Amino acid sequence: MVANPFASLLEHGDPATAAGYVDHPPRMGFFTDTSVCIGCKACEVACKEWNHVPEGGLQFTGMSYDNTVGLGADTWRHVAFIEQRKRVGQQVTGAAADGAAPAESGIRWLMASDVCKHCTHAACLDVCPTGALFRTEFGTVVVQEDVCNGCGYCIPACPYGVIDQRHGDGRAWKCTLCYDRLGVGAEPACAKACPTDSIQFGTLEELHLRADRRLAQLHGAGVSDARLYGRDPDDGVGGDGAFFLLLDEPEVYGLPPDPIVTTRDLPAMWRRVATAAALVAGTVAVSFTRKAP
Amino acid sequence: MNETDVTKDGQRHVRPGREATTGVHTGPGVEHVPSAARPARGRGEQAMVPAAEFGSYYGKPIINQPVWESPDIPGYLFLGGLAGSSAVIAAGAQVTGRRGLARVAKVGAAASAALSTVALVHDLGRRGRFLNMLRTFKPTSPMSVGSWILASFGPAAAVAAGSDLTGVAPGIGAAATVGAAVLGPPLATYTAALISDTAVPAWHDAHRDMPFVFAASAVTSAAGLGMLGAPVEERGPVRLLGALGGAAELATERLMEARMGLAREAFDEGRAARYHKGAQALLVAGTLSSLTARRSRFLGAVAGASLLAGSALTRFAIFEAGLASAKDPRYTVVPQRARLEARRTRPSEGPRSNGDHPAAPPTGTE
Repeated sequence: MVANPFASLLEHGDPATAAGYVDHPPRMGFFTDTSVCIGCKACEVACKEWNHVPEGGLQFTGMSYDNTVGLGADTWRHVAFIEQRKRVGQQVTGAAADGAAPAESGIRWLMASDVCKHCTHAACLDVCPTGALFRTEFGTVVVQEDVCNGCGYCIPACPYGVIDQRHGDGRAWKCTLCYDRLGVGAEPACAKACPTDSIQFGTLEELHLRADRRLAQLHGAGVSDARLYGRDPDDGVGGDGAFFLLLDEPEVYGLPPDPIVTTRDLPAMWRRVATAAALVAGTVAVSFTRKAP
Repeated sequence: MNETDVTKDGQRHVRPGREATTGVHTGPGVEHVPSAARPARGRGEQAMVPAAEFGSYYGKPIINQPVWESPDIPGYLFLGGLAGSSAVIAAGAQVTGRRGLARVAKVGAAASAALSTVALVHDLGRRGRFLNMLRTFKPTSPMSVGSWILASFGPAAAVAAGSDLTGVAPGIGAAATVGAAVLGPPLATYTAALISDTAVPAWHDAHRDMPFVFAASAVTSAAGLGMLGAPVEERGPVRLLGALGGAAELATERLMEARMGLAREAFDEGRAARYHKGAQALLVAGTLSSLTARRSRFLGAVAGASLLAGSALTRFAIFEAGLASAKDPRYTVVPQRARLEARRTRPSEGPRSNGDHPAAPPTGTE
């Protein structure tokens, strides 16, 4: 452990370096461009197949084509489907429910494949008491399943609702960014399976460049509501290792609009805990020196 | 009438699929979900955040629900406080020659610490791996810090109580009493950092005041135990402590709520509201009866039981409010959205620092 245990919370820059790796590979990540997602769920399937993620319950939700609902212990990629009464560019759907002329109305379908963000400042990793969660040399965050004792602390710590406890197993599970595949130079299963390159894998540096170019391209084409999510290294988690191009507000996709790593407040919390502890000792001491009313 | 870029000869504009454009001329907007009607709040307070419309994904929660179970975890929050404060009272009683009170406090501290450990291990997904808690020491994890505190406190409290009950090795017993008294206050208060260091809105939003609520609640419960068990003539200090603790718990809890944003409303819902009301009534009764229970054994017992129960209900109310605030995306989205808007309208502020909520609007935080 470094001299200041909270130093990694305060630094910008490479999380693998902050974690103590020297001479490590570049930070790897995902850029998920939801504007070309077709909702095929190949990523969900590929992820389950490669990582042996068990079936997570079968149900019909009525949430468009989404019967997966959200990320969890048994879902490491989740494709969201959002139906909106909005013009869909040049497309004429004729699907207006109110009888209006098709050209005036339509349904637009937003599809987005969500995944663990592999935060620069990862709350799950900070709060894990056993050291089961660790930072890999690629800057990603992975659970060691032979260490996790299922304390559940990482679950409410995650501001995105990614990691969860597996029923009947008790341990916490989430996306590893296919740590095993990265180790042999292969790309993660979801990115490999994505037929439209909506999920792009690469060094975070290159993905940032690609995303910025793509955003400019979409803005140039008049898609004013395109925005990058998790791209900003100054955001509340220091930027995401897996970031997104969205076509609406993050909360529409079930993402928090302004997530923060709560551990950044922990030094302040510890100071207050210490003050409160001193008050307990002081109050009890005083009570033994004073006469009760 | 379809106008598509895809023709029999391939795509009209030759570019890879990842460059396809979409949503041309679509305006910005959020699929708004009106927030559910909230019951009017009594005391004439104004809502900190206007009941705004907010976007969500089919009303699903943003964060995953804590898997911590009741009564394990709220019970532990209570027992840890009881154990920690009892150990300090035990030392005070020992030094001032109150043998009866010292014994009650020592046994109380040891028993609560043992029960705490049982509750914590019981809540683990893999109970057989509970020793992994001591695999490392991480100041960034309140649970790691707390595991080490509890692992040192428990044996010390057990030795202190054992020595007191059996009369064996009084020297070691006295040293253990001091050791437990030193570790007691951190044991009683670190749990505030434990639950506040999460994305659960009602817990994190209260992170400034939670340690003081927990400290007061811990003192209240240990004083309550002392009043229940100690001989009447040795009850003076715990009567004073009970009154002080009960009043402080009521006041700090009130302050905590007043300084919370939207997440405060989670205390008005369901179980949290019931526990909260119960806690307040019991604390008022306990505080008043501690002051008046000078000689009456019965009144002392009533005061002690009320304080113990009131303290426990405070922890259960906070726990349940957290669960309720995690379940409803409103508590996550609305304050974060407000924070974003505030930053947008104050562009001079620049990027956020890592300080204490630099960019948070006065209306609410996490």
